[in-house]
Formats: sequence, C-alpha cells, structure tokens
Amino acid sequence: MLSEQERREIEAHARHYPNNRAVCIEALKIVQQHRGWVSNEGIADVAEALQMKPAELESVATFYNMIFRKQVGKHVILLCDSVSCWIMGYERLREHLGDRLGIRPGQTTADGRFTLLPNVCLGACDHAPVMMVDDMHYQDLDPPRIDEILASYRQEEKSSDGNAADS
Amino acid sequence: METPLTHNISPGREPPDLAQYEKAGGYAGLRKALGMSPAEVQAAVKESNLRGRGGAGFPTAQKWSFVPMGDDAPRPKYLVCNADEMEPGTFKDRMLLEGDPHQLIEGIIISAYAIQADVAYVFLRWAYKLAARRMEGAIAEACRHGYLGKNILGSAYSLEMHLHVSAGRYMCGEETALLNALEGKRANPRAKPPYPQVSGLWGKPTIVNNVETLCNIPHILNQGAEWFKSLSRSDDGGTKLYGVSGRVKNPGIWELPMGTSIREILEEHARGMCDGYQFRGLLPGGASTDFVTAEHLDLAMDFDSMKKADSRLGTGTMIVLDDKTCPVGMLLNLEHFFAQESCGWCTPCWSGLSWIEQILQDMEEGRGRASDLELLESHTRLLGPGHTFCALAPGAAEPLQSGLKYFRDDFERHIHEKRCPWSQT
Repeated sequence: MLSEQERREIEAHARHYPNNRAVCIEALKIVQQHRGWVSNEGIADVAEALQMKPAELESVATFYNMIFRKQVGKHVILLCDSVSCWIMGYERLREHLGDRLGIRPGQTTADGRFTLLPNVCLGACDHAPVMMVDDMHYQDLDPPRIDEILASYRQEEKSSDGNAADS
Repeated sequence: METPLTHNISPGREPPDLAQYEKAGGYAGLRKALGMSPAEVQAAVKESNLRGRGGAGFPTAQKWSFVPMGDDAPRPKYLVCNADEMEPGTFKDRMLLEGDPHQLIEGIIISAYAIQADVAYVFLRWAYKLAARRMEGAIAEACRHGYLGKNILGSAYSLEMHLHVSAGRYMCGEETALLNALEGKRANPRAKPPYPQVSGLWGKPTIVNNVETLCNIPHILNQGAEWFKSLSRSDDGGTKLYGVSGRVKNPGIWELPMGTSIREILEEHARGMCDGYQFRGLLPGGASTDFVTAEHLDLAMDFDSMKKADSRLGTGTMIVLDDKTCPVGMLLNLEHFFAQESCGWCTPCWSGLSWIEQILQDMEEGRGRASDLELLESHTRLLGPGHTFCALAPGAAEPLQSGLKYFRDDFERHIHEKRCPWSQT
C-alpha cells in the first residue's frame, strides 16, 4: 500500500494532468524517493492507485533509465560515459572508482553504501569528466578528486549531523 | 556585440528573481505581445527568421502556423518546452534554465499566447536538479505576480504552466516520443502525420519548442524583427549559443552571432588545441552530426552553410577529436550510446545499431575484417532517413558515414595491424 505521504505527493502532481495515467512516471519517482527503489510491491501499489495493470506500469518503469527496478545502495554514483567525457579520459576514472569501491559498473558495494552506474551525457561537457552522486554534480574529475568525494560521503555517514557534500 | 540570451546570466551566481528580471527589461515583451493579436505575434516571429534551436532548424513561426486557430479549434491546446537536453556533447540549455528561468518562462507565455495554448509543460531532464529547483521557484513566482494563471496581466488570456521532470531516456528529446512520455507511456515515437500541431498531446493541437528557441521570443517581441536579424551574420536571425568540448585550452559556451565561423569559435573562444594535441576533426552540433575537418574551419556555423558541407549545425555544441584519440574508439563510444538509447520500436535501429557497435568493438580489439568497412557503409544507408519512425538512427549514421570518409586510413590500420594503433598495449 502507498503511504499517506506517497499518496499525497502523487495526488498533488496528478492535478497537472487531465488523467490519472499521465502521472504514473512521477508516481514511480515518488515511490523510489521514499523506498530507495521500485520493487514489485512498489509497482503493484502504484498500479492499484492509478487503476493501471501492473504489467502496463512495468513496461513504463523499465523504459526509463532512472527508475531502479533493482535495489541500489545508499548513494548512487552516475559516471558519465558519453563522448566528451570519453575523450577526456573517463575510462581511467571508471577503473579508479572500481578499484576504490571493489565493484564494477552495475554493482553495489557489499556494505550497501554505493552503487556505481554508467550514465549518458550529464550536460557539463566543458568540465568533463563529470559524474553525479545522488543529486550532486561533480566536474573536472581526476583520481585524487574522486578519492576526496568518496571520503566526504563516508565521513558524512559517520558524523551525526550529516554535513552535505560540497559541489 | 549584443548578447540578449545571456545578458542576465553570470555563471556561479543566483539567477535574477522576478523583480531583478523586470528591472532588466523583463516581461516587457509579454506586455507588448498581449497588446497584439496572436496572428500579429506569429507574424513578428516569422519576420525575425528565427529557426528552431533544438537541432533541426525548422522555422519557428512556420511550425506555429499549422496550429488550428479560432473558436472552432480543438481545446485545450498545449505548448511544450523541450528541456530534455541529452544529446552527448550538448550543454547549452542547462545554462539558460539555470541562469535566467524567467526569460524562458516569458518566452513560453508569449509563444503559448501566439497559438492560444491553454496549458504549458516544461519537459525537463531528471539530471538537471538545479534547473528543476530554479524553474519551479520561478514558475511559482510568476504565478503569484499574475504572469501565469487566469487573465494574465488583466488580459483575457489565461495559461497554466507545469514542470514535468522526466525519468531519463534520450528518446524523450524526440518531439513525438516526448508527448508519449508526458502522457505516462514509454517514449516511443509516433508516426507522422498527424503532426503534433494538429494532433499532439492527448490528441490536441500541440507545439514543442526547444529552450533556446523560446528564450529568443521575448527579445524578438521587445526589440523587433529587424533588430533580431541584425544580430546575425547569416540569413537565420539572432545569436546562437556555441559550445566546445574536448582537448581545447578553454572549453566552454559563448553567445555569438549566428553564422560565426568554426575557426573563430575554436581558435578565439576555445583558444585552440591543448599543448601537445593536434586537431583532427569535430562534430559540429552534438553526437548525431557529421564530422567536419580542417578544410571546413572557415564555414559559418549556421543551418544552411553546415548543410552545404554535408553536416548539420545541430545543437551548435562542438565535440573536438584530437590526434591522441582514436577515431574508431570515438565512433564506438557514440554508437554504443545510440544502440543503448534506441527505444526498440524500429528494427533497423535496434538491430542495426547494436550490430554496428559490435563491428566497431571487434575492430578496436583486433578482430576487424576487410569486409567490415563495406558492411558499416551499408548500415549507414540502411539507417538513413525514411527507414525508421524518428531521427535517432539517421542521426547515429551521420558521424559514422563521415568518419568512414575522413578517417578511412585509421579504420584500415585497425584491420591490417589487428589492434587499435592508439591502445597502450
């Protein structure tokens, strides 16, 4: 079942569209925001609320890159693998991130802290290579900068006040 | 040199709020437009020679002219701002969205008025988090001050505006696929006709315009078509946001007269190649445009001039290939992107692109065969215009067909040496 909060947020967006179905992508994003990912239960909950067939909603959910149908870590690292970042040496960063985290793209660390995903162009090509961690963009990356960023997320979890990472 | 689009934008600073935007002359274009008839607004934009900045370069006023007008027209009508910037190598709309959201909102309201739209959507890509926050804030501000909602500025015209943040897929940038995404469906393209102007969102008349296109509209209304044409060095009116990425000294984005030469952008603004790197070629306007090389550097970056060089202006954001980067590797990266982002609707696209990717991968790993070049060439023809519903596959064929032409020796070296000559091992 959708939580009250999820239901309220979906209803607020539904007002922007002439029918219920149109809000389904927003609804999936809302469920993902609250639950971390969209499980089969999440699909069933949204489908029921919007009076859609679960299979129909599943076909939408699996189409979009940012709807996670598998569990992801606490932080999702999206490393741009498109052409400008490739020219500027993103492959070296992919290796570096993989070594530091002990995972390959598409995997989650054993402690559930980080998921590493390749991602298409993030629209900051003049500052390539770039990546996102959750909602934050990081630009002009090199291995030492990657280490700093990873450390800041590990630090953030240790400190009780949870200082936000820099941009 | 006048730079109307970026006049209010200073990178790293907060965008102008409504009061600051008004003080800088903002919303004067809208006030003017509301005193004119929709037909007069369309005529002013037609006179300006504004062509769409999303990549295709279709004349904006001509696009609008197909929307049914008058009391018999189907309602509601829709105006959609395409802010789904996802073309690899393209980073121009982000600056306008983050840097001056009210300019875009004013452009949307005027354009919506010109076609008498009832509802406007801003279709924004999910990755642009800062743009989403700023657009949301600016839309709310515009509502509070009577620029949106019922009876805008006391006129008879009303418009609702909503922000739709996509869940991410390159296909959504295609106009008909975008409409399917807004309706809550998979972003597959639709057959045309019917064109969206007549039967678009939920079957109603719909216009889809790019962010940069819409940002030009307030200035055209405010300062006139003649002024707008005078900004340009070509027959297309206005300025253009040109960007450069790759191994250049000063990668970035600049607002320059439409028709500025590639050489001027590359050498004066991007300040030439990084030390130790030689120029080999560039994609002039994003991943889905044909390579141009040193012989083309004096070409004007406008729609017609680039077409004469068998390429396209596209988004106007160049991606530079240097001599230390493998052209076959670059094409593999590009074709991997297109194969991955193909929506799977048309067979030549989903099947052909993954085949191309495999051939290029083999070549990079020393398994290239002499017959591969002919095979790749046949693919560029099979993926050409007319074989698929949308422009994704033809766009993917553009860098490949021109790459095969300009970098043929490099392809042949991969095959003969049975390895990538640029690889370290």
